[in-house]
Amino acid sequence: MIEIEGVSLSHRGTPILHEVSLALPKGELTALIGPNGAGKSSLLSVVARLQPLQSGSVAVDGLPVDRTPSRELARMLTIMRQDTGFAGRLTVRELVGFGRFPHSRGRLTDEDRERIDEALALFDLTALAGRDLGTLSGGQRQRAFVAMAFCQGTDYLLLDEPLNNLDMMYARQMMRLLRKVVDRRGRTVVIVLHDINYAAAYADRIVAMKDGRIVAHGPPNDVLTVGRLEQLYGYRMQVHRIDGRTMIRHHD
Amino acid sequence: MNAAERRVWFAAGLALLCAATFMTLGLRGNFAFVLELRAVKLLALVQVAVAVAVSTVLLQTVTGNRILTPSIMGLDALYLLGQTVMVFLLGGLGFASVDPRMKFLCALLAMVGVAAAVFLPILRRQVPLFRMLLTGALLGILFRSLTSLVGRLIDPNDFAVLQGSGYANFSAVRGDLLALGLVLTAAGAAVAWRLRHVLDVVALGPAAAIALGIDWRRTVTGILTLVVTLVAVSTALVGPVVFLGLLVVALAERMTGTQRHAVLLPASALIAVAVLVGGQTVLQHGFGGAGTLGVIVEFVGGTLFLFLLATERGR
Ligand SMILES: Nc1ncnc2c1ncn2[C@@H]1O[C@H](COP(=O)(O)OP(=O)(O)OP(=O)(O)O)[C@@H](O)[C@H]1O
Ligand SMILES: [Mg+2]
Repeated sequence: MIEIEGVSLSHRGTPILHEVSLALPKGELTALIGPNGAGKSSLLSVVARLQPLQSGSVAVDGLPVDRTPSRELARMLTIMRQDTGFAGRLTVRELVGFGRFPHSRGRLTDEDRERIDEALALFDLTALAGRDLGTLSGGQRQRAFVAMAFCQGTDYLLLDEPLNNLDMMYARQMMRLLRKVVDRRGRTVVIVLHDINYAAAYADRIVAMKDGRIVAHGPPNDVLTVGRLEQLYGYRMQVHRIDGRTMIRHHD
Repeated sequence: MNAAERRVWFAAGLALLCAATFMTLGLRGNFAFVLELRAVKLLALVQVAVAVAVSTVLLQTVTGNRILTPSIMGLDALYLLGQTVMVFLLGGLGFASVDPRMKFLCALLAMVGVAAAVFLPILRRQVPLFRMLLTGALLGILFRSLTSLVGRLIDPNDFAVLQGSGYANFSAVRGDLLALGLVLTAAGAAVAWRLRHVLDVVALGPAAAIALGIDWRRTVTGILTLVVTLVAVSTALVGPVVFLGLLVVALAERMTGTQRHAVLLPASALIAVAVLVGGQTVLQHGFGGAGTLGVIVEFVGGTLFLFLLATERGR
């Protein structure tokens, strides 16, 4: 369980998050949606202790993130950031292997190697394993970073727009994979999505943010309504139900 | 053994060859005496090489680029400032009579303090390269002008004590700090080696490193202390060395094709030994002007710096 209570954040006097409180139960896939600048990335970085906590509290499985040793947290929770910008010289296998660092501190064991191979295979990276990151396409690189987070093997996985740059096939594959780790392995996934149809199709719950506040929180069918979506994005979308599923036509 | 590791052994062979040549080339007269003289000098050069190479790798890793050296960031100027302030406080005679090791340790302590105060806020997150360069250049100017300001306040006779410590001179090394330097360099290199896997993670940048369980603040403070210590050693022994580190790290990376610290650290240190000891041997026997090594190394390294800056290979 991730418990966020009264978290506010400001940057040089500009408020970014206002008293955000949220509880995310274990073993669910939560989609975080909202317009650009809503504070989604900021909220995730506070939860993942990438930003110092200015006020309020965040606890993961009861452990406060600002007072728990970083190393211990790294075995429970990880984050893949929106801009993964890293330009150094690394192969895909080396990058994914970093996910094992919290467990083996850089001396890879046989189990680590197995996990790395597994992650490479799951994200369809085996053939690219020896390639330099700089030589990959945008989508390939994106998959490599998600594979690294996955390889860390944490119970909690925070992913900031992991579908960026992915084609339809890989986007679907990634969502199915995340669904599977939630259903079969009981992992908890919090994922920032811009395509609300993916949120509708795969998420257990949706958290909608705007202007640094949470404006809606619940099962997809409750959150994805015409009124809510207009409140969030500022224009009317058509919400359809096809075969008992919600589909949003958000373009003309 | 993979290709990168083989190349580290190659660099080791090269360094060893240079050292052997340095010791034995043109040996004449009182063997024991000359050998001892050369051994002391070799020891100093190796120390400087290792200190410069390791400190440069470490600084480049925490700042997230491959173009900076501690000297570009003004760290050696900080050491000279410490020395000058001490002359000011003690007077020339007093300064001259204090044990040089004591002076060194005092300057080092002051350096660590100032460096932590100045650089830690900068290193909280990875700063764009140009801002880092600018900050470093400004800090260098600041420390240097403070040094000359304090220098003016000192009695001219006292100031003479400090003269000559402004430029790297590889042929006139300070013997009195050799033992202390050896201990610090060896310890520093050992700590860096133990941190090699952590350094690989630090190179990913603060966010990725924290997500992987690194305590960023503590780790960066530790690395910075290490850098400052090693810079103090090399500056105390031969004076400021600006571009040597840049040169050897770039060579090491080119040669081994990896940025993994398990390879980069030893490769850079060994190449630095080869460049310094080999260069000194060649100049001593080939061109007669042993004092010019510093100038040549800085010229080549400086050219490389400009090249890297122009091609933005340093990120
Ligand atoms: N370092 C910063 N300095 C100043 N303002 C910032 C900083 N980081 C974020 N902000 C501001 O905080 C607000 C929230 O940013 P955040 O990145 O969390 O939004 P987001 O919901 O992730 O948006 P997007 O969908 O575009 O990724 C924005 O208005 C942004 O301009
Ligand atoms: Mg964002």
